[in-house]
Amino acid sequence: MTETTEAGTAQAGTARTPAIGSPVRRKEDDRLVTGQTTWTDNVALPGALHMGLVRSPIAHARITGIDTSAAKAMPGVVDVFTAADLGDDNVKIPCVWPVTDDIVMPDFHSLAVDKVRQVGDVVAVVLAQDKVTAEDAIENVVVDYDPLPAVVDMEAALADGSPILHEDKGTNQCYTMNFPCGDYEAAKAASDVVVSRRFINQRLIPVAMEPRAVACSPMGTSEEYTLWSATQVPHVLRVLLALSTGVPENQLRVIAPDVGGGFGSKLQMYREEALALVLARRLGRPVRWTETRSENMVATHHGRDQIQDVEIAATRDGTIKGLKVALTANMGAYLQIITPGIPLLGMFMYNGIYKMDAYDFSCTGVFTNTTPTDAYRGAGRPEATYAIERIVDELAAELGMDPIELRRKNWIAHEEFPYQTISGLTYDTGNYEAATEKALELFKYDELRAEQQRRRESNDLVQLGIGVSTFTEMCGLAPSRTLGALKYVAGGWENCTIRVLPLGKVELVTGTSPHGQGHVTSWSQIASDVLGVPVEDVEVIHGDTARSPYGMDTYGSRSLAVGGQAILRAGQKVVEKAKLIAAHQMEANPDDLEFVDGAFRVKGDPEKSTTIQAVAFEAFTAHNLPDGMEPTLSGESTVDPADFSFPHGTHLAAMEVDTETGKATLRSYVCVDDVGVVVNPLIVEGQVHGGIAQGVAQALYEGAVYDADGNLLTASMADYLLPTALDLPSFVTDRTVTPSTTHPLGTKGVGEAGTIASTPAIINGVVDALRPYGVNDVPMPASPEHVWRTLQAAKAGGAA
Amino acid sequence: MIPAAFDYVRPGSLDEAVRALHEGGEDAKVLAGGQSLMPMLRMRLATPSLLVDCSRLGELRGVRDDGDAIVIGAGTPHHEVMHDALVRAHAPLIATVTATVADPAIRHRGTFGGSLAHADPAADLPTAALVLGAQFSIVGPGGRRTVAAADFFTDFFTTALAADEILESVRIPKLGDGWSFDYQKFNRTAQAWAIVGVAAAVRRSNGSIAEARVGLTNMGAGPLRASATEAALAGAGADGIAAAAEQAAQNTSPTSDLHAQADFRQHLARVLTRRAVTNAARF
Ligand SMILES: Cc1cc2nc3c(=O)[nH]c(=O)nc-3n(C[C@H](O)[C@H](O)[C@H](O)COP(=O)(O)OP(=O)(O)OC[C@H]3O[C@@H](n4cnc5c(N)ncnc54)[C@H](O)[C@@H]3O)c2cc1C
Repeated sequence: MTETTEAGTAQAGTARTPAIGSPVRRKEDDRLVTGQTTWTDNVALPGALHMGLVRSPIAHARITGIDTSAAKAMPGVVDVFTAADLGDDNVKIPCVWPVTDDIVMPDFHSLAVDKVRQVGDVVAVVLAQDKVTAEDAIENVVVDYDPLPAVVDMEAALADGSPILHEDKGTNQCYTMNFPCGDYEAAKAASDVVVSRRFINQRLIPVAMEPRAVACSPMGTSEEYTLWSATQVPHVLRVLLALSTGVPENQLRVIAPDVGGGFGSKLQMYREEALALVLARRLGRPVRWTETRSENMVATHHGRDQIQDVEIAATRDGTIKGLKVALTANMGAYLQIITPGIPLLGMFMYNGIYKMDAYDFSCTGVFTNTTPTDAYRGAGRPEATYAIERIVDELAAELGMDPIELRRKNWIAHEEFPYQTISGLTYDTGNYEAATEKALELFKYDELRAEQQRRRESNDLVQLGIGVSTFTEMCGLAPSRTLGALKYVAGGWENCTIRVLPLGKVELVTGTSPHGQGHVTSWSQIASDVLGVPVEDVEVIHGDTARSPYGMDTYGSRSLAVGGQAILRAGQKVVEKAKLIAAHQMEANPDDLEFVDGAFRVKGDPEKSTTIQAVAFEAFTAHNLPDGMEPTLSGESTVDPADFSFPHGTHLAAMEVDTETGKATLRSYVCVDDVGVVVNPLIVEGQVHGGIAQGVAQALYEGAVYDADGNLLTASMADYLLPTALDLPSFVTDRTVTPSTTHPLGTKGVGEAGTIASTPAIINGVVDALRPYGVNDVPMPASPEHVWRTLQAAKAGGAA
Repeated sequence: MIPAAFDYVRPGSLDEAVRALHEGGEDAKVLAGGQSLMPMLRMRLATPSLLVDCSRLGELRGVRDDGDAIVIGAGTPHHEVMHDALVRAHAPLIATVTATVADPAIRHRGTFGGSLAHADPAADLPTAALVLGAQFSIVGPGGRRTVAAADFFTDFFTTALAADEILESVRIPKLGDGWSFDYQKFNRTAQAWAIVGVAAAVRRSNGSIAEARVGLTNMGAGPLRASATEAALAGAGADGIAAAAEQAAQNTSPTSDLHAQADFRQHLARVLTRRAVTNAARF
């Protein structure tokens, strides 16, 4: 398929194998897997002070006194600050997405003022000469709390008489958003069957391998600062820190060195980042902090946590007429960068791949005494996909139809693209039929259905369930105007500069900020094809506001979808300029030149040719350039995407459920994804595998649990269960390729696909296994106990 | 995640270790593989004043044949226990159970004796020791004493060991011919602790069960024997197992936690007992 793309076109008639589409091994891995790399924690900063954060052990309380004297008196402790001590330096943590006009936006200070509202809220900060002293000093800061009743349950928080987190606001309701599309009541009236369910999309804790870390150093005597952070968003972070602290943006350099995973949790301006900067400014010394794993569980934002009331209406023949979705979304105690917007990233996607007459969406955001929620792999779209794919399976069961049949009847047929969905998005391309056919074949769907039937008939203790998920998602955040219309206070463009250096090596400067995705390799491959240079000759520069000054960073499967376009255009600009130089020097008309495999040739005159590397040297010496042309060979492009792209796929899970113990085991998993044109199949495969694992984890293992007093019970990895490779079968992955028409390379985005698709596939499989017992839902995670209790209730005739 | 300050000694002999421990008082602790102790120190759930590192004491390491029993040194790492020829020949249940403990990295450091001395109610080895009728050899300032498994585990994370005593070794009787074993460990992820575990040792003769021992993990403060089930199994055939297993949770009082409420644990104990005994009996 690559020949249909612009990069391919640039290389028409090529003899070399295109780099795009090749399974190039990741260039960054040697360094990463041998540990020969720089994490924020091992940036050498002699004389740095270590921050220790005094965190609240209580979910909701008034602070009645803080005694820092004992801590201050400890040898090695340099100072201790409370909110009062910091004054104006106690900056507010920003939220950039006020989703409605009347949204409640409470203050969120770096250090809690008067009240704490979650376990882990920060009341004071210790600065010590070493990490151990900082940790010891934390225990010597005496805080008097006057405990208040806490509220962790969203519906309780909305009820009259609930404790109010932000008393000046007088309510725990953050916002209510209504998004009616078409006339749902009319659609419902025209239906024969209405199925409704309440799904709980439980709270998850992102557990990146590298915890968060920040280090900030004043540079020399001038008022300049360099701040290293384990962040996904160095560029965004610089803007927000400059806005919040008053450090001029041109005097603040933010560096994201190698970053060990994020999944959205490092897309933030965190209080620790603000504190490191203001304290470095205040003391004139480097300040650093690395999160402990225990802190990570309470202090890094959480994900998901929605109550989803979903209703689907259809006619007897299985034609979906309408869908109604009412969400209650847990914000946690405060709003972080895009906390209120997360459910709305799913708002356009609840209708999934289906045609319908009406769709009614509403969402109410609620404050509770819990860690704030925000983006977590998929951010709103896994929640949406879960709801629609679960309810479609429930509708199939209600109608007595095969879940694949029901989907076929309602999905957008491949010849109907581009298709404007009920929620207003235009899906550019897709071929659900092709992906599904391939998946069914690889999965041996019919054989498994036959086995399921046998097990049902023989009352096998281990029942087999087949879970289907035909998902789509929107990638490529985002056309800036669309973001503006949604009240998001930033753009969605991406930037790239490509420089061909005098000796022919290439520097590619990107505004994306990889933290595990392998951009260095994929971006090199794109540049390699556009410029006709070897992949090894491309050096990718990223994650440093001084070296890659423009960028919107990495999240939401946007880097290739948006950043890839900037790479392509920047490369094309380089080739255009190089062509003029080559033509000038070969005394040919530029239109008579062809560019093949990195060489400019005069068409029909094979003797006359020069390479892009040779042209770069000419551009450097500038002895003989066309009149008026500026020396050097580089190209820069900032691309605002024309539209989103819509990867899709069919994921199928075979679940074995032990009806005695309730243990659900994933026996086999097949997925056929359509992520458009693939730049690096190895990396795509890795993203799909990791994504599926993460989605399976939500379905079967993970779930943050608070007690009624707001204590996080799943505060360690002994209680917050992450699966490992041992818990997962070998996935069977395959692809169809329907190039995106909104992206010049035809690519779509793959970072979140597996996570979005797999959770409903697993739960649909578990429910399918237990359907004969009268089960029609299982709460996530589908732990043995949840499954067992669901079965007990169903057997007792109760509602499942 | 940084331990509070403590003193550290690494004695060269068991005697020295006992002395150091004795002199260190109530707040001194033995350090073996550190796989349970270090997490507690890091989370500051334990703040001992002195660690007596016994991890390199050769006297505590290894397995030997002692006639009608084998003796496993308390300091023998799980990995060595699992692969030891004497263990596999005479106490295969120990090898089977040890293979379910944590992951390879932890099994290379964590020790047989450390697991028993730590007495986590969810630990697997205490159950195996109880089922096999192990004898614990303990050294203290006053000399050596022996405690039976049934008396060793006294409460949650509590054993018959005094603060200045060291578990030296564990004597496990060879059960002889005719016995076979199974361990059913129920957990949510592959390398997690047991929600419930059931160890079964069964001796068959003439087509029925002559004698059965059933041990339960995580069904109370420490390992338990399912006595009612054991009694019901004596003389039972294949068709008697299910009914006997129904009594497995009698007199248990398991905890309720995030992974399972007590009633679910009791249910699991019954199901797993049936499966463990069935597997062990090999009818
Ligand atoms: C992630 C993880 C998963 C685990 N999963 C399991 C599991 O599934 N099943 C399981 O059974 N175990 C599990 N364990 C525990 C593991 O088996 C430990 O190795 C064991 O419990 C402790 O052994 P140790 O040698 O590391 O002891 P240490 O951690 O060094 O000591 C533990 C305690 O025992 C005392 N102690 C140690 N040796 C002696 C001695 N000779 N005399 C007197 N006191 C002594 C110490 O003072 C301390 O109080 C797990 C551990 C981890 C970290």
